[in-house]
Amino acid sequence: MLSVTPDSMGTVTAPAGVIAAGFSPVADDSRAINGTVGDITAIDPRMTARHVNVYYGDKLAINNVSLDIGKNEVIAMIGPSGCGKSTFLRCLNRMNDTIDICRVEGEIRLDDQDIYDSGLDVVPLRAQVGMVFQKPNPFPKSIYDNVAYGPRIHGLTGSKSELDEIVEQSLLKAGLWDEVKDRLDEVGTGLSGGQQQRLCIARTIAVAPEVILMDEPCSALDPIATARVEELIDELREQYTIAIVTHSMQQAARVSQRTAYFHLGELVEVGKTDDIFTNPRHRLTEDYITGRFG
Amino acid sequence: MNKPAVEQMRTIDRVNATLKQRYNRECRFRRFGLGAVLLGLLFVGLMFLNIIGNGYSAFQQTRILLEIDYRAEVIDPTGARDPATLSSADYAALVKSSLRALFPAVQGRGEKRELYGMLSSGAFLELRRRVMADPGLIGTREQLWLPVDDDIDMLVKGYIDRRLPESERRLDNRVVAWVEQLESTGAIEKQFNLTFLTGGDSREPELAGIGGAVMGSLYTLIVTLLLSFPIGVAAAVYLEEFAPRNRWTDLVEVNINNLAAVPSIVFGLLGLAVFINFFGLPRSAPLVGGMVLTLMTLPTIIIASRAALKSVPPSIREAALGVGASRMQTVFHHVLPLAMPGMLTGTIIGMAQALGETAPLLMIGMVAFIVDIPGGALDPSTVLPVQIFLWADSPERAFMEKTSAAIMVLLGFLILMNVIAVILRKRFERRW
Repeated sequence: MLSVTPDSMGTVTAPAGVIAAGFSPVADDSRAINGTVGDITAIDPRMTARHVNVYYGDKLAINNVSLDIGKNEVIAMIGPSGCGKSTFLRCLNRMNDTIDICRVEGEIRLDDQDIYDSGLDVVPLRAQVGMVFQKPNPFPKSIYDNVAYGPRIHGLTGSKSELDEIVEQSLLKAGLWDEVKDRLDEVGTGLSGGQQQRLCIARTIAVAPEVILMDEPCSALDPIATARVEELIDELREQYTIAIVTHSMQQAARVSQRTAYFHLGELVEVGKTDDIFTNPRHRLTEDYITGRFG
Repeated sequence: MNKPAVEQMRTIDRVNATLKQRYNRECRFRRFGLGAVLLGLLFVGLMFLNIIGNGYSAFQQTRILLEIDYRAEVIDPTGARDPATLSSADYAALVKSSLRALFPAVQGRGEKRELYGMLSSGAFLELRRRVMADPGLIGTREQLWLPVDDDIDMLVKGYIDRRLPESERRLDNRVVAWVEQLESTGAIEKQFNLTFLTGGDSREPELAGIGGAVMGSLYTLIVTLLLSFPIGVAAAVYLEEFAPRNRWTDLVEVNINNLAAVPSIVFGLLGLAVFINFFGLPRSAPLVGGMVLTLMTLPTIIIASRAALKSVPPSIREAALGVGASRMQTVFHHVLPLAMPGMLTGTIIGMAQALGETAPLLMIGMVAFIVDIPGGALDPSTVLPVQIFLWADSPERAFMEKTSAAIMVLLGFLILMNVIAVILRKRFERRW
C-alpha cells in the first residue's frame, strides 16, 4: 500500500515523520505542508486520484493531491474555507469543465478509466458519478419529473411503468416517498429545504450512479433535516460510494469511514475517521479539529 | 483641544443632532422621485388627451339620407344584367337626381355643381357596389345613407365656424343653409365610420382608411417576428452557452451592442442597397420591410435574450449537468424554458419598436401612396407610422383628425402587444 508521509517537517529541530497527538510545542515552520500524512489508498478503490493539480487561471488551487475513494465507503473531506476540497470534489465528475479558466493536471481514474482522457465523454461519466450540490437545486418541474429526468435522458427505461418504478424506488431510498407520494405532480421547488435536498439525492440515485459526490449537502438545512440526510447517507453507503465535503466536523465523524483534511489546496492528512478525530498526526489537522482555526 | 467636549457628548446626542437633516434629505429625495413620476404621467396624460381629443371624431362619418331610385334605364338599358354594363353605368346621375329631388329649388349650373359637391365622390361607388352585389335592386327604390364631402363633414362636426363671415369660410352661406335644412329634418347625421378601419388610403379624406396600413404593418411584423425571434434566440444561446470566451466573441459582443445604437435609417439604406438593389426583391414590400426591421430589432432581442439566459441560476445548469445531461439538453430542457419569459419580453419590446419605426421603411419605398389593401408580403404596401406621416403632411383639415385617429390605432396595437407579452410571460411562469 502506498503511504505518503512527510520526509521532513521543515525544521531541523522537529522530528521527521509522524507527529504524535497532544499539544507538543512545534515551531511555526511545521505548518509547512510537505505531502500527505496517512494512508491515501483504499482497500478496494473505486476512484483514484494521483498528483492532481488544479489551476484557476494562474492560481494554483489544488496542489499535488493523491487520494483513493473506496467502494461502499463514505469519505469525508474537511478543511477551512477555500482549502480546495470542493474543487477537488468537482474534479471527480469533471464539473469544473464548466469553468472556463479552470485547468486540471494529473490523473483521476474511475475504475480503470482515466476520466480526463481526451476522448472521454463527460455525459456517461456524470451518469456514473452523480453529484448533490450545496444548495438544494431541484428543477422547477414536478417532483416526478425531477426524479425521472435522468433516467429519461439516458434512456434507462423502456416503458412508463418502469419509469414509475425507478421514481418510486429512488424516492423510497431517499426517504422522501411517504412525504410526497400523493403529490408527485407538484413543483419540486415548493418542498421544504430538507425535502428539496432529499429530492436532489433521489434525482441523483435515479440514474444509478456508482459514486455520489456531495458538496456540503447539509449546509442549507436545519438540524432535523440534516439528521435525516445523514441517516440517508449511511443507508446509501451499502450500494454506493460516497464522497462528501462538509464544514461540520461532527457530520464528518458521524457519517464517514475515512476523512481527508485539506489545507490551502493541499491534502494534509488522510485516515480512518476515528483516527483523524481522536489521534490526528499532523499539526494542522490537530489545530483544525480542536478548533484553533478554520 | 476640544477633545474632552467631544468625548462628553454621548452617541445618542450626536445621532440626534444630525437626525433631522437626514430625514429632511430623505423627504426631499422622495419628493423629487414623486415629482418625476407625476411629471411623466402629466405628459402622457396630455399626449393622450390631445390625440384622443383630436382623433375621436375620425371614427364618425357624416352621411346624408337619400332616397335612391335605381332606374333601370340608367343602370342597365338593355336589361341583360351584364356585369360590364352594370359596372360602367352612370351611378352619379342617380345620386344627382336624388339630391335635386331633395332641393327642388336649386337652379343653375353653378348652384347644382355646388349641390352635387356636397356628396363624396365615393357615394356613387357605394351604389355601384350595392348593385353589383345584388342586381335585383335595379328598378327598386331605397333609403340610403351616403357619405358627404370632407368639408361638409368638418362643418357638421363643428370644425368650421358657421359664425365667421362667408369670405373667411371654406363653405359659402348657401351650402351652410342646405346643411342646416338637412339637419333640421334629420336627414344628415354622424355615423360610425367603418371605412376608416377597413379602407385603403385615398386622396379624399372621407374615403381614406387605415385598413391598408394595418395589413401592411401586420405582414411586416409577421416577417420581422419570424426572422428575428429564431435568429436572435439562436445567436443569444450560442453566445451565452456555447461560444468560447475569446477575442472574437468579445468583438461580436461589442458589435452587437453598437448595432443597437445605430440610427435606424442606416438599416434602411442597407436594405435598399442589399435586399432591393442586389437581391432584386420588390420595392415597398412588407417582406423587405420586415427584413430591414429584423436587422434593426436583432440587437435588442439578442441583448435581452442574453440577459435572460444570464439570469437563470447556475445551480439549475449544474443540476442538469450533474445527472449527465449534455450541454444541449441542459440548455433546451432547463435554461431556455426559464429564460423564455425574459426573451419574450425582449422580443415584444423589439416588435413594438419595429411597429413604430418609420425612417428605414421610407428608404425602401414603403412611403408610396398605395390605395389597394395588400394581400400578401410581396404586395406594395405602407405601414401605420408611415401612413401617419403621410396624413400629417396632407393639407386637408379632415386629415388632421385622421392622423390622430391613426395614432390612436397604433397606440392601441402597442398596448395590445404589451398585454400579449404580459399574458405570455404569466403563462410560461406558471408552467415552470
